[in-house]
Amino acid sequence: MTMTSKKTYERPVIKKLENNMPNKFGTRTIFEPISHLEGQAVNDLIAKYGSPLFVISERKIRKNFRKARQAFETRYPRVQFAWSYKTNYLDAVCNIYHQEGSWAEVVSGFEYDKAIRNGVQGNKIIFNGPDKSETDLRKAITNHSLIHIDHLDELYMLQDIARNLNIRPKVAIRVNMDTGVYPTWDRFGFNYENGQAWDALNKILFSGMMDLVGLHTHIGTFMLSPSAYAVAASKLAHLAQSVLTKYNHEIKYIDMGGGFASQNTLKGSYLPGSDISPSFDDFAEAITTALMNSDYRPKNPPLLILETGRALIDDAAWLVSTVLANKRLSDGRRSTILNAGVNILFTAFWYDHKITPAQPFTSYTEDTAIYGPLCMNIDVLRESVTMPLLNKDDHMVIHHVGAYNMTQWMQFITLRPKVVLIDEQNKVHVIRNNESIDNIRSLEHVPDHLLNFE
Amino acid sequence: MKIKSNIAVSDNGFVFNPASGESFMVNPVGLGMLNMMRKGQSQEQIVAAIQEDYRAEAMTIERDLLDFVEMMRQYRLLQYDDE
Amino acid sequence: MTTNKPLFTIGVTGLNAIDSPGPGVAVIRGLREAASFNCRIIGLSYESLEPGIYMHDIVDKTYQIPYPSAGTEVLMSRLEYIHEKEKLDVIIPNFDAELYSFIKLESRLLSMGIHTFLPRMDQFEERHKVNLNDFGKKYQIKVPRSKAIYNVNEAQQLEKDYDWPLVVKGKYYDAILAYNFDQLRAAYNKISAKWGLPIIIQEFIHGTEYNVTGLGDGQGNTIAAVPMRKQYITDKGKAWGGISIADSQALALTDHFLKSTQWRGGFELELMKDKNGDYYLLEINPRMPAWIYLAVGAGQNIPEALVRLAMGWPCPAFNGYKVGKMFVRYAWDMIVDIAEFEQISTTGEL
Repeated sequence: MTMTSKKTYERPVIKKLENNMPNKFGTRTIFEPISHLEGQAVNDLIAKYGSPLFVISERKIRKNFRKARQAFETRYPRVQFAWSYKTNYLDAVCNIYHQEGSWAEVVSGFEYDKAIRNGVQGNKIIFNGPDKSETDLRKAITNHSLIHIDHLDELYMLQDIARNLNIRPKVAIRVNMDTGVYPTWDRFGFNYENGQAWDALNKILFSGMMDLVGLHTHIGTFMLSPSAYAVAASKLAHLAQSVLTKYNHEIKYIDMGGGFASQNTLKGSYLPGSDISPSFDDFAEAITTALMNSDYRPKNPPLLILETGRALIDDAAWLVSTVLANKRLSDGRRSTILNAGVNILFTAFWYDHKITPAQPFTSYTEDTAIYGPLCMNIDVLRESVTMPLLNKDDHMVIHHVGAYNMTQWMQFITLRPKVVLIDEQNKVHVIRNNESIDNIRSLEHVPDHLLNFE
Repeated sequence: MKIKSNIAVSDNGFVFNPASGESFMVNPVGLGMLNMMRKGQSQEQIVAAIQEDYRAEAMTIERDLLDFVEMMRQYRLLQYDDE
Repeated sequence: MTTNKPLFTIGVTGLNAIDSPGPGVAVIRGLREAASFNCRIIGLSYESLEPGIYMHDIVDKTYQIPYPSAGTEVLMSRLEYIHEKEKLDVIIPNFDAELYSFIKLESRLLSMGIHTFLPRMDQFEERHKVNLNDFGKKYQIKVPRSKAIYNVNEAQQLEKDYDWPLVVKGKYYDAILAYNFDQLRAAYNKISAKWGLPIIIQEFIHGTEYNVTGLGDGQGNTIAAVPMRKQYITDKGKAWGGISIADSQALALTDHFLKSTQWRGGFELELMKDKNGDYYLLEINPRMPAWIYLAVGAGQNIPEALVRLAMGWPCPAFNGYKVGKMFVRYAWDMIVDIAEFEQISTTGEL
């Protein structure tokens, strides 16, 4: 409580009035400061753990997951989620999903090992992707993991290994297809329309050396159209029925992959993502209706597997940062430099992230370019956004950063910050420490002849 | 740092330049600075007066005042001796 | 004489009047002439120079509202503020770009006592330009063949099936006629830079353009329908003069459209009649058009009927309209004091 009656300072601003200028009641301004995250003051978090800082909410992760599971389980009898490791593979995060009942979905030997170390049972790991080494495959076969074959070379390699180990690998094939959306992801898996997928299934079943347990597809990323999933589900179901008719063999699961859009706003989108992104119920309705109306008639309905990542975690994390400086660009536009850049916010390349101050502000605004701290022209968080008047050292909250940033971030120019998790009792845990120069240098080696110079 | 004499400024921060037909909006701190500039007060006087009313350091106010004046110059609201 | 009529407070958007004018002022003129109610009009504007703001005999009070791109939550909080002050009974949105937001907010608005009469979300989505081919197939309505493309080279495939010229259309707005591939490429680049992908390549139908405005009750019934032929067209393709016509084929097509889609709300159909006398549906605008006052003048007060439907009143279908009524548009310079501009600019209200 301060005794002085002085008013809160806000920097002076003069703005030209033009008819087509965004009025202050409009545009993508935020109308409330976000001073607390899950009961923790942003200022306290920064004081204790530094800035920038990733903040993840355990409560929100669990809430989103339960909402998604409920959307599918109320519409279909057998549903299984598999956490997409590449979306966010911090162990603490993965384990929340595993506690909620998620399997692991991995796309490399590295991610596979991470899942095993986290304690996931081998038969609950789905191994996707084009890059599986012979060592990886041996490990996966021995552990009875579910191997999703991406290409014929992999199929042949699997047969060889199976013959040598004398174990029947549990396999599925990944199928790509035209679902009416653009672009078609035809670089992964076997094509449906031109018969590649059917050929691959025949090879597997003829070989007699592998257990064909599933069919998998993953039709795209940041999908805004649930109907595309309905098309994909019917096509997979049709393949399953073809296998049943020809070989009297029941496919045990249909894996619809992920790709559900989150609430983020894609660059160039007129309406914000929070308005146009479909809900879990929309996706669930499209997929389960298509499966149940399909011509697949097995004795037991196949397990429906979902590998959605982004839509589950994007809004469960924030990046808090600090204003380093305000500048004026040559055209008179305001620019603000934050201490968090594209090195740790990779997704700024394709989203217009919502950014809100952590302290109160007035209705006065300026058209602002928001830059990161890197000495690189590409380090732009928002090209142009209507922002309140920010002061140096103000704290800012960047929203919806849970997916891909903590895996695609790079150690470029500067070190990566801490990641904290706020648990359901609002207690804060550091789940990844900030990097130090020693971490980075420990991997390097300077040959003797390069040690000395004048 | 003189403001053109014919510029009209209303109490709610609406600024009208009758010579160019352009209009502008300023926030309360900007309005205070603008009115003091109209009265011909010096940079030091303005900074001191703002500091009297608001919680802010003199250095911050001075930096922001210079930026504000620069924007006024870009908007052609300032009077120069040779005009 | 007006003592028994209820007084409705009605929010109306689209008060702008550039060379492609908004329908707001024309809608309000219809509302002001309503036989069954009196009204107080609350203008909802996006910009500070929308002429309707300054027409005090048309609009009683105006509030600025956020652009649709700000999201429905920001819009909702602004509407709550306005509702608290004005107690709105009805809102009539008149822009394509804002309809998505208002349709999403429909039930929340109703729970506050604000009525609307809008197309359902599925109706709004399926009539999009991108979906016109499917729409034609589903409802057996002739539409020009078209294809949404994401790469200009895809258009080369179309050359085999379609004859030049082709219409190059943007996802939301803009249409350019191209007579050869070079022109098509230029149009593709120009429009995609502005409105993004896909670009719609549409077969060009030679013929005469007709428009129909009307109102569907959401049960498949035609409440109102008035066909118009453009008489004076600006270089942007907008009607600056038009005449109501008796065209049984266009009316039959309108009935079919309403019956098969169960369309709810106001609309405008853009039709092209080719040399064989066949009608093609070029576009469906999901709201009343800027020339809606011609329908009022021809005897069908569509804005009034729309409010009756929104309020849940009985609303019998109109019986005919006057053929040969014309609208001749005029641009009018109002004299406005800067104090009014200052007020709307600084407070967002006037």
